[in-house]
Amino acid sequence: MITIITNKILGKNSTSSKRADGRASDELRPFKIEAGVLERADGSAYLELGGNKVIVAVYGPRELHIRRLMQPDRAVLRCRYNMAPFSVDDRKRPGPDRRSVEISKITSEALMPAVFLEKFPRSTIDVFIEVLEAEGGTRCAGITAASVALADAGVPMRDLVVACAAGKSEGEVVLDLSEVEDKDGEADVPVAIMPRTGEVTLLQSDGNLTPEEFGKALNLAIEGCMKLSEAQKEAIIKRYGD
Amino acid sequence: MGVTIIPEIIRESLNNLVKNGERSDDRSFDDYRDIYLETGVISKAEGSARVKIGKTQIMVGAKPQIGEPFSDTPNVGVLMTNSELIPMASPDFEPGPPDERSVELARVTDRCMREAGVVDLEKLCIIEGKKVWMIFLDLHIIDYDGNLMDAAVLGSMAALMDAKIPEAKVEDDEVVIDPEKKVSLPIKEKALMCTFAKIGCELIVDPSLEEEQVMDARISIGMRADGSICAMQKGGMQPLNKDEILKAVERTGEITKKLMEHLPQNNQ
Repeated sequence: MITIITNKILGKNSTSSKRADGRASDELRPFKIEAGVLERADGSAYLELGGNKVIVAVYGPRELHIRRLMQPDRAVLRCRYNMAPFSVDDRKRPGPDRRSVEISKITSEALMPAVFLEKFPRSTIDVFIEVLEAEGGTRCAGITAASVALADAGVPMRDLVVACAAGKSEGEVVLDLSEVEDKDGEADVPVAIMPRTGEVTLLQSDGNLTPEEFGKALNLAIEGCMKLSEAQKEAIIKRYGD
Repeated sequence: MGVTIIPEIIRESLNNLVKNGERSDDRSFDDYRDIYLETGVISKAEGSARVKIGKTQIMVGAKPQIGEPFSDTPNVGVLMTNSELIPMASPDFEPGPPDERSVELARVTDRCMREAGVVDLEKLCIIEGKKVWMIFLDLHIIDYDGNLMDAAVLGSMAALMDAKIPEAKVEDDEVVIDPEKKVSLPIKEKALMCTFAKIGCELIVDPSLEEEQVMDARISIGMRADGSICAMQKGGMQPLNKDEILKAVERTGEITKKLMEHLPQNNQ
């Protein structure tokens, strides 16, 4: 038998806020976004959000070798969401699992509406999302970084898709759940939007919420998206100028 | 895996450069590109390193797990190396199970660390025959611009030196882990790897991607701080002669010494 002495103290902060890390209910974790971080990729981006570290590479539009995936009138957008084995507390076995396959699928669906795929028939745009360190909310971090990487690759887009989660933790609807809040929390609602129109391109919900709480969470998530959206634009301006 | 076609004009120009004692990035034959090494970059990993040689970039994580020892070595811990040439790193890498290049990289790195005795694995035994620490080294290649071997070994060495694992005690035949008490891994030796590419009649150190694509052969030599050889791997389509191999070994001594300076110093 192996016994592990668990950490009893979850958050070090004991301010007036109810949240373990002392944030206000509508406050994001500290974040930074950087565009163009890799040499070989056509476009790339690096994003930190709290303890999350995500790097995204985009290749394409390029030739698609798998004929059965080919679309005669537009490009396909393939995503691969992958977690590094050292990104989590207990080492993750390398390779895709059911969770990462699902996240890959919804990520590509979240990005697709923004991309002018019809401009590149019979080709592919590949988005590779690598989670180097995970601390709750990696799928949203991946989508937000992926948009920046797509822009960095010069892929024509209608908008920069941005994603953020809200949820319920300790009875309160809060923005951007941390790992602890996600694990012990009651619900998690990841949302991706195209900020210019406000259209939602990804929506999931996991856990129990009343319709009122859900509405509140959705609004909160969209608010968070708008804040992140500014940082996305800044990252691209920083790399390419106005 | 995509096949990269090298234009004949590039092949010729790189060969001519080497013939004249030059390289396309103005390095001498014994020079590495700029090396950047940072440790402790992933807080979820007990040990981690980010290494860059030129524009090649690798993240290395070291994570411990408790497991059963191999039956033929009941009192010895386990060091396992795994590598992923993730498709992010190059347009030629594709998703899927590790291909032969990835397996070779992981196995050569593993051999270099293991044979050098970098980690004192006997000290990782908790209960003989039942419980030992298993250290997983994961190489995550994120940007591929040539010479993965040397970057992988340098990063692995740094991640192992950086690693702090929880203390494990035995109480009434049970393993008790205290995550609050962290101890460094028992590092016994330091070893690094030095790779040469043979272009024309010359051996040049730290080949860039371009140079790798036109090289005739490759030789990677793993060397400990005391100058003994702990691993070697030849690659590429063409043969090497005995003199070339011995010369490479000789040059490795000096080059490895310089390379060692990149490792963090304050280790017991």
